[in-house]
Amino acid sequence: MTGGAPILSRRTGFFFLLPSLGFVSLFILFPFVWVFYLSFTNQTLTGVTAIQSRLVGLANYHRLLDFETWMTSGQFGNALRISAQFVVGSALIGQALLGLAIAWAFYRWRGAFREIVYTLVILAWIIPDVVVAFTWMAFLDRDRGTLNAILQLLRLAPVDWLIQQPVLSIIIFNTWRGTAFSMLLFSSALATIPPSYLESAEVAGASGWQKFRDIILPLIRSHILTDIILITLWTFNTFTPFLITGGGPAFKSELVSIYTFRIAFQFFEFGRGGAIAVAMMLINLVLALTYLTILRRQGVRT
Amino acid sequence: MARIMLENVTRRFGLVIAVDNVSLPIIDGEFFALLGPSGCGKTTTLRLIAGLEVPTAGRVHIGDRDVTGLPPRERDVAMVFQDYALYPHMTILDNVGYPLKVRGVGRREIRERVGEVAGFLQIAELLERRPAQLSGGQQQRAAVARAVVHKPQVFLFDEPLSNLDAKLRLEARGFLKHLQHELGITTVYVTHDQAEALALADRIAIMNQGRIIQVGTPLEVYRRPQTTFVAGFIGNPPMNLVPCRLEVGVDTAHLVGTTFRLDLTSLRDRLALTLRDGEEVILGVRPEHLTFCGQGDSFAIPAETYAIQPLGAECVVILLVDSTTLSVRLFTGEPPQQTGRVWVGVNPERILVYRKSGELVLG
Amino acid sequence: MRLVRLVLARVAFYLFVTLVAAFFALPMLWLVLTPFNPRGTLAAEIPSPATMANFRLVFANAFAMRALLNSAILGIGAMLITTLVATLAAYALSRTDVPGLDFLIYALILFSSVVTGTAAMVPIFLLIFYLGLIDTLLGVILVFTGGLLPTAIFIMRDFVEGIPRSYEESALVSGATPRQMFQDVVAPLVQPGMMVVAIWAFVHVWGAFLIPFILLRSPTSMPASVAIYSFYTEAGTPIITLTSSYALLFALPVLVLYLLVNWRYGFRFFGGIKR
Ligand SMILES: Nc1ncnc2c1ncn2[C@@H]1O[C@H](COP(=O)(O)OP(=O)(O)OP(=O)(O)O)[C@@H](O)[C@H]1O
Ligand SMILES: [Mg+2]
Repeated sequence: MTGGAPILSRRTGFFFLLPSLGFVSLFILFPFVWVFYLSFTNQTLTGVTAIQSRLVGLANYHRLLDFETWMTSGQFGNALRISAQFVVGSALIGQALLGLAIAWAFYRWRGAFREIVYTLVILAWIIPDVVVAFTWMAFLDRDRGTLNAILQLLRLAPVDWLIQQPVLSIIIFNTWRGTAFSMLLFSSALATIPPSYLESAEVAGASGWQKFRDIILPLIRSHILTDIILITLWTFNTFTPFLITGGGPAFKSELVSIYTFRIAFQFFEFGRGGAIAVAMMLINLVLALTYLTILRRQGVRT
Repeated sequence: MARIMLENVTRRFGLVIAVDNVSLPIIDGEFFALLGPSGCGKTTTLRLIAGLEVPTAGRVHIGDRDVTGLPPRERDVAMVFQDYALYPHMTILDNVGYPLKVRGVGRREIRERVGEVAGFLQIAELLERRPAQLSGGQQQRAAVARAVVHKPQVFLFDEPLSNLDAKLRLEARGFLKHLQHELGITTVYVTHDQAEALALADRIAIMNQGRIIQVGTPLEVYRRPQTTFVAGFIGNPPMNLVPCRLEVGVDTAHLVGTTFRLDLTSLRDRLALTLRDGEEVILGVRPEHLTFCGQGDSFAIPAETYAIQPLGAECVVILLVDSTTLSVRLFTGEPPQQTGRVWVGVNPERILVYRKSGELVLG
Repeated sequence: MRLVRLVLARVAFYLFVTLVAAFFALPMLWLVLTPFNPRGTLAAEIPSPATMANFRLVFANAFAMRALLNSAILGIGAMLITTLVATLAAYALSRTDVPGLDFLIYALILFSSVVTGTAAMVPIFLLIFYLGLIDTLLGVILVFTGGLLPTAIFIMRDFVEGIPRSYEESALVSGATPRQMFQDVVAPLVQPGMMVVAIWAFVHVWGAFLIPFILLRSPTSMPASVAIYSFYTEAGTPIITLTSSYALLFALPVLVLYLLVNWRYGFRFFGGIKR
């Protein structure tokens, strides 16, 4: 074991770290602290309170958590509920399950089929937000959209997806958009399992499902946890559905991220937007801490 | 060319004392081996000489200079790493020429001098290749070439042969020894392979747990290991170490084991000088100093054959004496006639006696 | 019995794979077909006749081209700064002996996933506002660099840790100064890692919408991701011919980079590489 002996002196190392520390302090740490302060003010973009904002105590939080109205349409509680549906539907059920299914289907399978499916799934993941938003608006269009055209081929009635089923629409969209991460994570997890594990189970006469349940699942449990927490975090913070439904109709698909945006950048109420941001960051913090705890425990085990 | 002096050098990593108050004079031009088990601090000692580690305490001298605080580049040393550390993105020519390049030598001269060294090390045809395209043995030569090309004052080797297969390793041993002899550059060579150290070095230092246990020529170290640790480390198979008890009479002396009683009366005075009657001691005897003999012999130990290992030129027989094993080396190559219950004779001239704590008291 | 089960499993497999492929391919159909269709429509129909006229329209549109240029400036700017700064930091984290640095990097990752662009849009907007960088490309570049850095450092550190220290040590013993060691040994060895981080950062910033949308307002500084929402007729209906071909053009660099990465390294994965 070598190491320890510094190739870089502490001084040089510090200089190398300096730019990063600057960026991170200014654009990550400072906003994190500042937003707490903002959430106690009545700061706005224009008007008197833009220049002379003052502390308003917990007023912003009271409005956010006013339990009389907070579950009504266009309020914070409602946005939280829609975000929860969105995360459970598109991240946990959609991306994680579909990603796992694809990775498992192609476990021990190489060749063109796999290449095609993987490429399609990855492309859906890396194409810019606005581009996929346009293609999905076209895809889901009531009159000319591809989805309804297919439904008609199957002799089913067309649906006005974005109006009648806005939450389902963004859940399906986000499943499509983000499955690649889970698929890649799970297929690299599966790749580390020696084939001999499964072969010995096959010799013992296990069925495909039994092999999956008894051998694969326990072996990739920590990967599943990692995956679930990361995609939950990302899905909770995504803004892309705004580009498809705009949060509507009538706030029916207004996620917390979209709600923040509306309060802060359509009403320009930064104090109130700050209070929502604090709530969002606290939720993020819980998720991230859970993730780190899992990582730590994995680190101890290996 | 220069001598190297380590003066009370200590290197700590947190709570671990990797090198513990080591003092070593290494003579100008000698081939010096640092030998010891894994984790004993050999590499750290070497890196202290190279300047890749800074001692926690003590001083390092190379030639007439105190280099303790100097960076590696001001020490004029060259080092061959265990993994060779040939830069994967450079050709062998650029790799070998690198020490010259950083010294500002011109392109033409680099080519010339690398060519010279490469010819000597038989890698001249490989100069345009990348390290990944070389075999293990060729990589090792390239790494050595990079070390010799600028004629440093000191060579440092960190287990340079441990990544080679057995046959190449023997070949490389001969070549390294020849090379060092030709160049006469002071060399410090780290290894955990005692045969390698014996074969190559002018002098050997045996380390354990950060300390130097013994320094000497290969023969000294082999013949008179100062502690049971050294005795058990050097030689293949290593020295037989048998716990027994010393009985000193008025003018007799015996080593008494559970199944034997060796008459050491001829050594009585020397033994009585340092040891008490009834003291627990350890008898040390090399496998080649044991012979099969008859029952009546006064230096005979009864034993049971356990395994026979013919090795061609010689034959090693493992015997069971009570619960310990004894190795016997027979130079005939013929396996012994009798098996089962046998008697082995000990040559009293050749035995060593250690205290129970490990130091040598007689030999 | 066994054979039946085997055949059924095969059939189920192909059915599943076909459905998955269809699910991921069908929404993209429109994007592939419409840009070549002389009639702008929301239907995914085979263009007849296929035409490049839509693209000519885009290339002739100065505003659209300017926006692509802005996207490129944002992407390349953030890519260069992020890669350089992250490489320095990752190298320092890996090669100095200051204790507690590992903890630091985990704390950074933690914070960067907590302070996301969405959660922090308010303070980020105000910060850029007070810095006087509103409506400047530089402001957006700085914000992205800050947000991408922790992950970039994390990815980069994996690469640096993969380089044996003996390379650098052997350079030092060979007589190299620290500077020579960097130029001759470290830089070439970390290059693949820098490539990965650079591509990742570029793709991320190139396609981003929210941050440029709130920080850049004037037509001359808008990137393509924002400008694409400007192609409407006077009546307020989108000009689909223009929008679709612009969208495909905008996606093109990402597709090219994907092919490049796939061909060069195989599409592997370094930590949570995309968010
Ligand atoms: N950078 C370091 N940080 C912490 N401990 C270290 C460091 N380098 C070495 N050590 C410790 O110092 C001791 C001696 O290490 P060293 O590498 O010198 O041993 P060695 O004799 O070369 O062993 P080997 O034959 O396995 O190479 C070991 O216990 C090792 O764990
Ligand atoms: Mg070592």
